[in-house]
Amino acid sequence: MRFRRSGGIVAGMQCENTIGVELRGAAKTYRSSGAVVNAVRGIDVSIKRGETVALLGPNGAGKSTTIDMLLGLIAPDSGSVSLLGGPPKQAVARGMVAAMLQAGALMRDVKVRELIAMIAALHPHPLEVDEALDLAGLADIADRRTHKLSGGQAQRVRFAVTLVPDPALLVLDEPTVGMDVEGRRSFWRSVRDFAARGKTIIFATHYLEEADAYADRAILMSHGRVVADGPTSEIKARVGTRTIRATLPGADLTDLASLPGVTAADRRGDAIVLICTDSDAAIRALLNAHPNARDLEIASAGLEDAFIELTGNASDTTAAGERQEALV
Amino acid sequence: MRSLAYTRFELVRTFRNRRLLAFSLGFPLILFFLIAAPNRNQHNFNGSGISIPLYYMVGLVAFGAMSALISSGARIATERTDGWTRQLRITPLTTSAYFRAKVVTGYAMAAATIAVLYASGIALGVSLGAYRWLEMTGLILVALVPFAALGILLGHLLTADSIGPAVGGLVSLLALVSGTWFPLGSHGFLHDIAQFLPSYWLVRASHVSIGGHAWTAGGWIVVAAWTVVLVIVARFAYQRDTARV
Repeated sequence: MRFRRSGGIVAGMQCENTIGVELRGAAKTYRSSGAVVNAVRGIDVSIKRGETVALLGPNGAGKSTTIDMLLGLIAPDSGSVSLLGGPPKQAVARGMVAAMLQAGALMRDVKVRELIAMIAALHPHPLEVDEALDLAGLADIADRRTHKLSGGQAQRVRFAVTLVPDPALLVLDEPTVGMDVEGRRSFWRSVRDFAARGKTIIFATHYLEEADAYADRAILMSHGRVVADGPTSEIKARVGTRTIRATLPGADLTDLASLPGVTAADRRGDAIVLICTDSDAAIRALLNAHPNARDLEIASAGLEDAFIELTGNASDTTAAGERQEALV
Repeated sequence: MRSLAYTRFELVRTFRNRRLLAFSLGFPLILFFLIAAPNRNQHNFNGSGISIPLYYMVGLVAFGAMSALISSGARIATERTDGWTRQLRITPLTTSAYFRAKVVTGYAMAAATIAVLYASGIALGVSLGAYRWLEMTGLILVALVPFAALGILLGHLLTADSIGPAVGGLVSLLALVSGTWFPLGSHGFLHDIAQFLPSYWLVRASHVSIGGHAWTAGGWIVVAAWTVVLVIVARFAYQRDTARV
C-alpha cells in the first residue's frame, strides 16, 4: 500500500504540522589544525511545510553546514534544530526526509533500477520504483550499471534516490553543479512537479537565477549568518543589482548612498562603488551631483559580486578572516 | 525485512564483481595447488601428524577467509570517502543493519573460499570423517568473528587509498606469524606470540584430524578476548567518526 502526503493536512494536526523546518540559534564551529572556523554563527530559520526555499550564498557562507545540521548529519554546538515536528534523526528514521548531497557517490556493480529499488525497500512508504525512474528521466537507462553512466545521468540517478522515498522534505545541496543547460532545465522541471505534490523543498545554490526561477523564498547567507530572508523578488532587488564604479576622489559616501536608486556606497582608493537597485536613476543623479566623476563603469552584479560589494569581503578570504577573529 | 534489503543488495553487488571474485577465490586456490600438489603424498608434515594437503587447505582457507572478512568491513572506508555512508545516514537504515550487511557479505565470501578449497583439498586426497569436517568448519567460522570486527574498525580508521596496502600487509603478516605457510613448531619466539593471535587458532583448526580437541581452552579465550576488544574499539572508532564527519 502506498501512502502519499499531499497538500491537504488532516485537521487538528495542523498546528504541529505546519512547520517543516526550524533552526533556532543553531551554531557550528570547526577546529582543524589550530584554526577555528565559525561555519554557522547562530541562525534562526523557520520554513513552513510546502514551501520551496533557496539557500543562497557564496562558497564558505555556511550553506552545507546548515544542511548537515538540519539533516542531523552533524549536531549543532548550540541552538536547536527541528524537522517536521521532531528531532532530525526521528524524521530520518521515519523516512520523511531525503537529500541530494554534494558529491555523493553511487555504488558500483549495480543496475540503476536495483539501486533505486534498494532505497525504496529501506523506506516505509516509497513511490513505485518505475514512477521514481520516470520522474527523474531514467526510464531508458534503468538497466545500466551505475558506474557506466555519464556525469549528468549519474546526477539524475542521485535525484531518483531522493525521490523514491516519497519524502515530505527534499533537500538539495547544489544539485545542478556539473549539469548542462538542458540538464538543468529538465532537472528543475522535475523538482517543480515534485513540489506540486505539497512537498517542502530546500535547495542550496550560488546561482541567483535558480533561486529566482524556482523558489518562493530565498535565505541569503554570508559568513555563517543569515543576512536576508524573504520572497525571492525582494532578495533579487537587494542583490540582483548593478554596480556603478567611478573615479571620484574625496566624495562623501553618505551623500552617495542617499542618491536615488542607490542602496550602498563604498570606496576603493580614488574609486567609488555604488550598489544600485535602479542604475539608470542612479547614474543620472550621480552625474548631476558630481559632474567630475569619470571612468564610469556599470556592471550587473552576480550574487558573488554583490556579496563582495556588500560585505567588502570576498568569499575566499573568509577563512583567513575567521582565523584573525579567532586570535582576538 | 528492510535490513535484509540492504544485505541482499551488498551480496548481489559483491558477487557480481568478477575481478573481486577472481582474486579473492583464485589467489588462495593457485597457492594451494602450487604448494600442496607436489607434496600430496606427505602425510606427516614436519612430524605434526597432519598431511600437507590438509595443512595447506586450512592454512589457505585461513588466509582467504580472513582476507574476505577484513576487506568487507574495510570497504566502509571507501564508502565513507565516496559519501555513500552519508547518503545512507539519511535513510531509515540503521547502523547495525549496515554493519550486518558487511559481516554477512564477508562471511559469504569466506564460505565461497572454504567451499572452493575444501573441494580442492578433497581432490588432492584430504579425507576426514563427516564429524571432523563439521568440527573444523565450525572452528574456522568462530575464529573469523574477531576479523569481522577488525574489518569494521579498519573501515573507520583508514582512508580509501590506504585500505589496499593496509589490509594486504596485515593479512600477510598475520598469515605468516600464524603458521599459514609453515608449521610454527611447539616452542620458540614465533610460537609464543602466535598463541595470542586469533589467526593462529584459525590455522590450528586443521588439528581436528589428529584426534582430541584442536583448540585448547586458551584458544577459545584468545578468540573471545579479541572479539570483545575489537568490537569495543570498532564501536568507539565508529562513534568518533560519525561525530566528526
